[in-house]
Amino acid sequence: MPQAETPPLANRTLLIACGALAREIVDVLRLNDWQHMSVTCLPAIWHNTPQKIPAALRAKIRAAKADFDRIFVVYGDCGTGGELDRVIAEEGVERIEGPHCYAFYRGVQHFEDEADADPTCFYVTDYLVRHFDRLIIQGLGIDRHPELLPMYFGNYSKLVYLAQTEDPNLQAQAEAAASKIGLAYRYRLTGYGDMGRFLAAAAEGAA
Amino acid sequence: MADDDDLDLRSLPDDELVQQMQDDLYDGLKEEVSEGVNILLERGWAPYRVLTEALVEGMRIVGIDFRDGILFVPEVLLAANSMKGGMIILRPLLAETGAKQVGKMVIGTVKGDIHDIGKNLVSMMMEGAGFEVIDLGINNPVEKYLEALDEHKPDILGMSALLTTTMPYMKVVIDALKEKGIRDDYVVLVGGAPLNEAFADAIGADAYCRDAAVAVETAKDFVKRKHNQAGVA
Repeated sequence: MPQAETPPLANRTLLIACGALAREIVDVLRLNDWQHMSVTCLPAIWHNTPQKIPAALRAKIRAAKADFDRIFVVYGDCGTGGELDRVIAEEGVERIEGPHCYAFYRGVQHFEDEADADPTCFYVTDYLVRHFDRLIIQGLGIDRHPELLPMYFGNYSKLVYLAQTEDPNLQAQAEAAASKIGLAYRYRLTGYGDMGRFLAAAAEGAA
Repeated sequence: MADDDDLDLRSLPDDELVQQMQDDLYDGLKEEVSEGVNILLERGWAPYRVLTEALVEGMRIVGIDFRDGILFVPEVLLAANSMKGGMIILRPLLAETGAKQVGKMVIGTVKGDIHDIGKNLVSMMMEGAGFEVIDLGINNPVEKYLEALDEHKPDILGMSALLTTTMPYMKVVIDALKEKGIRDDYVVLVGGAPLNEAFADAIGADAYCRDAAVAVETAKDFVKRKHNQAGVA
């Protein structure tokens, strides 16, 4: 009796992700040698204008359907108020669970429990630490108008660095960032959290 | 001594001064806006007229350009800060002169959410439009909303949230109003970046307000309707 063949992995899987996750996703794909998976991103700066994301995501999904067997979306709701999930349902693809990347790096349930207990935390990831000055200090106009600082951060008490990698240089930058915006500093190594598990499931063909 | 380039606001006639104040507000020049307010008051303008023609109109233009993508959050905040400077001068005078109140609003950011930039803009613009505003601040549990409604008996309840995770709390508040049988005593307006009209409908709010200017217009409209209904009854 011939031995049953293991079903082949889906050989063309596309991850459509937020640009703020690109580097981490590419790292995970390389580390695991998942060559059958590709990644394409939408601009991370759309975090500030989330209304642009759903339509652009739909266009990406439709453009990719002919070329890929499976498509997974690596985005939180990211302030789209459920619009992203509507697009995802209508297009018949899947998304990682969670409201934003902080939650799925930390683990959604842990994150929600901690945010409930203390809503005054300002979260950053490796990506946000690397680009803190450009996205936060310059992007919010604090470099030109330091008087805006209390309007943006007056209600926060601490900056929490949810780290994907153990990098002393990034830790020093995160601590300096906290100081710049007048917040206490906390560090937590999360690794890739739920995102790592989601990508592993996507690599197997089901997330 | 002033630089040659400095504009002497006192040298301007009223109409040009008001125009200049709107420009200064647009550019976030707080001191200049406050100076303009004082000059108009010295010239005998009623505080309410200074508020509406110089400050509110200036901020309305800022709101339009923000909506159209010409201005961004930092510029809007600077403009709001300038208007706030003018409001500090005008607020006690408005109280003294008994400027008529259009209506009353209780407003606050919902539990679990500490974001108040949008809510503060709405409060200020509502005040500028003649509403008495009771601002509950941030991170408000349902009990705090209920206490404030009971104490102040407003026409409008406004709720704000910036986070996808906190916006469902608005429904908790509305459901509590329904349970107490007081939902229809108030106009409930909701706003915040991740919200939309469908969400407002789903939770049983009266309207979603996408920005401060829309909030003011919506609030005025509802209060007018309420008064018309009271007149008919």
